[in-house]
Amino acid sequence: MVLFVVSMALLAPLVAPYPGHAEFFVDYNNSLAQPSLQHLFGTDQFGRDVLSRVIFGFRYSLMMAAVVLSLVVAPGVVLGLVAGYYKGSIIETIVMRLADIFLAVPPLILALSISSVLTPSVFNAMMAVSLMWWPWYTRLVYSISSSLRNEPFVQAAEIIGAKPSHIMFREMLPNALGPILTKMTLDAGWVILIGASLSFVGLGAQPPTPDLGTMVSDGAKFLPDQWWPSMFPAAAIVLVILGFNLLGDGIREMFAAEAV
Amino acid sequence: MEQPLLEVRDLHVSYAVYQGLLKVIDGVEFSVARREKVGVIGESGCGKTTTMKSIMRILANNAVVEGGVITYKDRDLMKISSHDLTVLRRTSMSMIFQDPTAALNPVFKVGDQLQDVVRYSKLVGHNPTDKEVRSKAIELLKAAALPEPARILDSYPFQLSGGMRQRVCIALSLASAQDLLIADEPGTSLDVTIEDQIMRLLKGIVEEKGLSVILITHSIGTAKGFVTKMLVMYAGTIVEESPTEELFVNPLHPYTQLLLKAVPKLTGGGIPEGIGGRIPSYLSPPPGCRFVNRCPFAMTKCQSKPPFVHVGNGHKVACFLYGG
Amino acid sequence: MILQEDILQVSHLKKYFKTSRGLVRAVDDVSFGVALNETFGLVGESGSGKSTVGHIVVGIYSPTEGKITFSGRDISMGVGRRPKDLKKELQIVFQDPASSLNPRRTIRQILELPVRVHGLASGDGVGRRVYEIMDRIELPHEYADRYPGELGGGEKQAVAIGRALATDPSLVVLDEPTSALDVSIQAKIINMLLKFQKEYGLSYLFITHNLSLMRNVAQRVAIMYLGKVRELAETSEFFSNPLHPYTKMLLSAVPVITPEEEKMKPEKVVSTGEISGAIDIPPGCSFHPRCPFRMDICDKVDPPMIEYQEGHYVSCHLFPAGVPSASSGSGSKSSSKDK
Repeated sequence: MVLFVVSMALLAPLVAPYPGHAEFFVDYNNSLAQPSLQHLFGTDQFGRDVLSRVIFGFRYSLMMAAVVLSLVVAPGVVLGLVAGYYKGSIIETIVMRLADIFLAVPPLILALSISSVLTPSVFNAMMAVSLMWWPWYTRLVYSISSSLRNEPFVQAAEIIGAKPSHIMFREMLPNALGPILTKMTLDAGWVILIGASLSFVGLGAQPPTPDLGTMVSDGAKFLPDQWWPSMFPAAAIVLVILGFNLLGDGIREMFAAEAV
Repeated sequence: MEQPLLEVRDLHVSYAVYQGLLKVIDGVEFSVARREKVGVIGESGCGKTTTMKSIMRILANNAVVEGGVITYKDRDLMKISSHDLTVLRRTSMSMIFQDPTAALNPVFKVGDQLQDVVRYSKLVGHNPTDKEVRSKAIELLKAAALPEPARILDSYPFQLSGGMRQRVCIALSLASAQDLLIADEPGTSLDVTIEDQIMRLLKGIVEEKGLSVILITHSIGTAKGFVTKMLVMYAGTIVEESPTEELFVNPLHPYTQLLLKAVPKLTGGGIPEGIGGRIPSYLSPPPGCRFVNRCPFAMTKCQSKPPFVHVGNGHKVACFLYGG
Repeated sequence: MILQEDILQVSHLKKYFKTSRGLVRAVDDVSFGVALNETFGLVGESGSGKSTVGHIVVGIYSPTEGKITFSGRDISMGVGRRPKDLKKELQIVFQDPASSLNPRRTIRQILELPVRVHGLASGDGVGRRVYEIMDRIELPHEYADRYPGELGGGEKQAVAIGRALATDPSLVVLDEPTSALDVSIQAKIINMLLKFQKEYGLSYLFITHNLSLMRNVAQRVAIMYLGKVRELAETSEFFSNPLHPYTKMLLSAVPVITPEEEKMKPEKVVSTGEISGAIDIPPGCSFHPRCPFRMDICDKVDPPMIEYQEGHYVSCHLFPAGVPSASSGSGSKSSSKDK
């Protein structure tokens, strides 16, 4: 499923029947046309082909997930490893309390506040979400690295004389890889949802950007008679998140089988 | 001759795994008479626990029983109804496991767990009162040589030491074992001095109640002091069966001989030789004798399954070196 | 008990742990020495503190009190603070091979680590070195790219041994190296260890609860109970003439299989009671609640360690005579610890 979405996103310009509709385009003659063979998902109030916009919407969603995750995972994981390795020392306390502070704020609220203070844009929304997200990885990795800290194989590495960086990245990290990847796939779904939510309230992507959330929000005005401008993007959001969740399940099982 | 309490005939058990079928138990046969104490010795992976689980019918979901008859008190355990099986488990046979900590539920008090078992056992009548159940439970704890039984009833497993937990498990099994007790490595997780105490306790209880016992262990010395008949298992097959003393004086099967030699002796004499090689893969075990790859006396004949050869005195061995 | 030439010298070693339930006196005034090329055995049941002693030697813990030196160098600091050349000298093999090898690293990666860390080879040399180690432990080269989970117990332990020996240490702590293995594999591993000892001139601190095994590997044995050494002697003397009641109790309880061994055992001291937790250690001699020879003094005063015979030390009120042993340095400085 995810592969489908990803490939759609990558190939968007080629696949979408009306690529131009992703940008500024107006054709009031065609406005709010029902789904038909020419426009499988119908058109929105500006006459833009909904299907094309959904396909492009995938693109934006995935991009947002990719950007946020790439900003968040690396520092989060590294901090988690450090906290676990230096278990019992002041370093651990500082890192984990810092994480606690950031965790205390609900991400959506913070994202909303930041977005409303700064100019609403996709970029700002992503930054806001990233700021909130890293502590989850730190916590996850910390729980694994701190429980491994006193395992014989880690002690053995220390006794051999390995450097802390080796122990953190070569001994502990591989054991945390499974949960990290699983979480990343599930988070992709969440990030997309949050991004869509932000756009839904107007704080994320701005028109004419074909963001799925914006599309749902814009289309909501025409419910329930012209359901297609709103429902198709909504279904697309569901599809993407479901896809990532299933992927996450699969990864988790794969790592669980290995660990036997 | 009196009917044996338990008789296992031609048992074949496999496990279905991702890679195929693990043909673990390959034609195991033995019997346990009333009041008889039988020891099963063998190393890890040889199938001792699987055999016992087959008897108690607690095999894992992916286990496939491909054949065999297990007769207990004249009933075929493979075929009886699950209701009858439950009755048997509550009133006739019981098992003590290797790790007493894992065998006890950590979130329930010892008393709750023990009284549960007592309630459904034969020791109290139908619909016993709470008081009857509790006093029976205390009796059992006393029989297991636990001091302050009332306090133990109100404790959680984590508040007790390893030896005490194992005694609680013994008390638990005493409630339901009226005929057969299966003890799976009861002393393995305990210190040697505590194991010694536990084994002496078991011996006393077993003699007093006239129970039959199957003792599984990889500690040959422990079995020697306890059982009257020994079964040596290797890779899912019984390779030798013998009265205890006889086995040590006259071990016949090459595996038995090597195994006895491999045990370090208190008298010194240096470290013995091990046994080269590994147990065969259960996915594709050798068609004949399963010890063939490690046996110093292997012959071409060994490609086919060696039958049991009776050498007299209740001693039999599955090896072509002795005929068959 | 400690000779000048001993490569490892442990003097009045103490290790206490503060826990929420109280102070755990894991190691409570332990002294002994290990000579060059010797296998020194530390025997005891759970809670005796023997593993903790081994852990202190390799630096997993730092002592709370006491002196510990190796080749004259102080090794009371934790492994993180030890200079590299010292780390190289003291290695350990743990009891459970499954948890002492990282399940997510290949055998090659596991064996490369010591080689790389200590710069014993570089470039292609590293790979060659790894194969050399595998040859030494009799593991086929194809195993190099496998994961520990694919190996049997004995093979994993062989890898752990190979890893420990890769740095060319002088002393290896063997903490129950075969307790998790079947008897037939145990023999193979022990033989391997003894062979290496001869070849590389190693000293071993051999920790186990298995007396029959100890009988055949150690030159000297010390038995520990609740953090203290209660008896120490040369192996044959220890087994043929045990003095301390706990030693006799332990020996009586060993399951043996030959009549000769049965005869060897001391008059049966029936094992009673359980080891008390290391938090509420009984006053006086910590063994007194279980001791069949208990006297009045035993619950008041902890008996001093005395040298009953040449090289045979015991700490028990049944043996009050004799010169209290010196515990450090050379010669015999007598300092009475009675009352």
